[in-house]
Amino acid sequence: MARRDVARRDVARGDIARRRDIARGDLARRGVRLHHPVTPWLLLLPGLAVLAAFSLFPFLTTVRDAFTDARTLVPGHWVGLRNFRDMLRDEQFWVALRNSALYVVLVVPFTVLLPLLLALLVHKRLPGMGFFRAAFYTPVVASVVAVALIWSWMLDDRGLVNGILKALGAGPVSFLGDSWLLLFSAMALTVWKGLGYYMVIYLAALANVPRELHEAAAVDGAGPLRRFASVTVPAVRSTMVLVGALSSVSACKVFSEVFLLAGPTGGPAGEDTTLVMLVQRTGTGLDGRVGYASALSLVVFVIALLLMLLVLRAGRGGNAADREGHR
Amino acid sequence: MTRTSWAEKVFRYVLLLVVLALTVGPFLWQLSTSFKSTTEDVYTSPPRFLPAHPTAHNYAEVADIVPVWDYALNSLTVAVASVLTNLAGASTAGYALARLRFRGRGLAGLAFVAALLVPAESLVIAQFTMMRDLHLNNTLTAVVLPGAVGALNVLLMRNAFAGVPREIEEAAVVDGANTWQRFTRIALPSVRGTLAVVAIFAFMGAWDDFLWPLIVLSDSERYTLTVGLNFLHGTFQQDPRLVAAGTVIAVAPLVVLFACLQRYFFRGAGEGAVKG
Repeated sequence: MARRDVARRDVARGDIARRRDIARGDLARRGVRLHHPVTPWLLLLPGLAVLAAFSLFPFLTTVRDAFTDARTLVPGHWVGLRNFRDMLRDEQFWVALRNSALYVVLVVPFTVLLPLLLALLVHKRLPGMGFFRAAFYTPVVASVVAVALIWSWMLDDRGLVNGILKALGAGPVSFLGDSWLLLFSAMALTVWKGLGYYMVIYLAALANVPRELHEAAAVDGAGPLRRFASVTVPAVRSTMVLVGALSSVSACKVFSEVFLLAGPTGGPAGEDTTLVMLVQRTGTGLDGRVGYASALSLVVFVIALLLMLLVLRAGRGGNAADREGHR
Repeated sequence: MTRTSWAEKVFRYVLLLVVLALTVGPFLWQLSTSFKSTTEDVYTSPPRFLPAHPTAHNYAEVADIVPVWDYALNSLTVAVASVLTNLAGASTAGYALARLRFRGRGLAGLAFVAALLVPAESLVIAQFTMMRDLHLNNTLTAVVLPGAVGALNVLLMRNAFAGVPREIEEAAVVDGANTWQRFTRIALPSVRGTLAVVAIFAFMGAWDDFLWPLIVLSDSERYTLTVGLNFLHGTFQQDPRLVAAGTVIAVAPLVVLFACLQRYFFRGAGEGAVKG
């Protein structure tokens, strides 16, 4: 192509770009109204209304009620910190706190790591992978009640798991009869149900890891384990932090899995009660202690918030160290 | 790019099948149990996976004891209502946040982010008291309302709209399209993947929710499927066949729905909707 032609083309390109800029500037300068000032608020109205009515307002009520002795049908009087003092003396509260804390500590490492491995497994383009991805998502789709019913039947003394154990020559294990085994079973159920959900989050992150990094490491002679540790993990680190935050918050407010496996009273002598189970049990019903339950709710809120901050902070620290390392 | 070796392929498929057995196996076991007749021992060892004489009798019987179909209808009503309110509310709010300039936009966006920080579980008691004051307790409306426009859905929609190239809308402005026309004819069709994700999340959330309907519904006629199944669990644990039939009724519609929409779901999720 002649140099003159190239120059002419460039001028033409610049021209189009300039004209577009002028047109845009014109729109702004002439004050063309892109929308009526009320329009954004009309569009936001349904969302904000639901938010105000069913999140903000109940939150304020919870804070207020936490300092009263309100009951379901009786408006409460201000009692200051009494609910919180009662909590310290409430044996069930400490059991619930212990169980919820254990839940976070034991469930989170598995939900951070296992779904990542699963995502790596289905990330590869091989025939039938679409089917496997969708199939692994089934436990997420199924309601927690249905899933808990399936597992309580499988973990029953005469259920599938014990049937397999027996066929292998091992004695029956009373998964749901012992308060500790029941709690661990509920945790396993939580991890199992969350696998697909976190797998999808990791898949989105893996899609952004440049393939070249893996190839370069492979050329340098790094094996699969080495590549996982030095290429994959650093690349999806921020996603691991996100998954850690999400799963620790949801683990600290666990309700359904334990409620369904252990029953409304929280297993033998209430030993399997969690914090939210305690909220539900004390705050509802005709004679519910709304004030006390609100104080418990506030504790759940504060713990969730602290966990979120803690995990995010740990993640930021890690990333900063990462940057230092690269320098 | 190196080709996947034969050995690695075999290894991967074996692993995939193991995970498949662990994730889908329990559902198949439940499905099989639901078709086992009362004359068949469900406690055999080693366990028998296929029913010897398949029968649909358990489905008829579970419906005789507990009105599962009514519960399913209640769940469907709640789920469909939730999908519609979420699609409408989240897409309009998301569009305003992503595409319109106005005073207070940052604050409005922040409100939705802040809502994510408050666990729904810590609000149920106050929501319950509030619904009672509104005389809405024990109605399906009360089940739908708190989740009618999910904050997460608003943020998902905002991110999706923000990813649509500005030029297309500018062209529409030059052509004289008003805000509503740009929203319905240009922006909405460009984010179909995320709309599908929001629809699936809303449907699943409503169909699967347990704590809130358990608290707000007291009359067994109004129960949603999850609350009704919990009741089934408590009363008829002696016969796992009936419980199995009930859970299949609860799980099957969602699995079918998801199987139909999963293409959009994985594309929408992969498009960056759930990026950290």
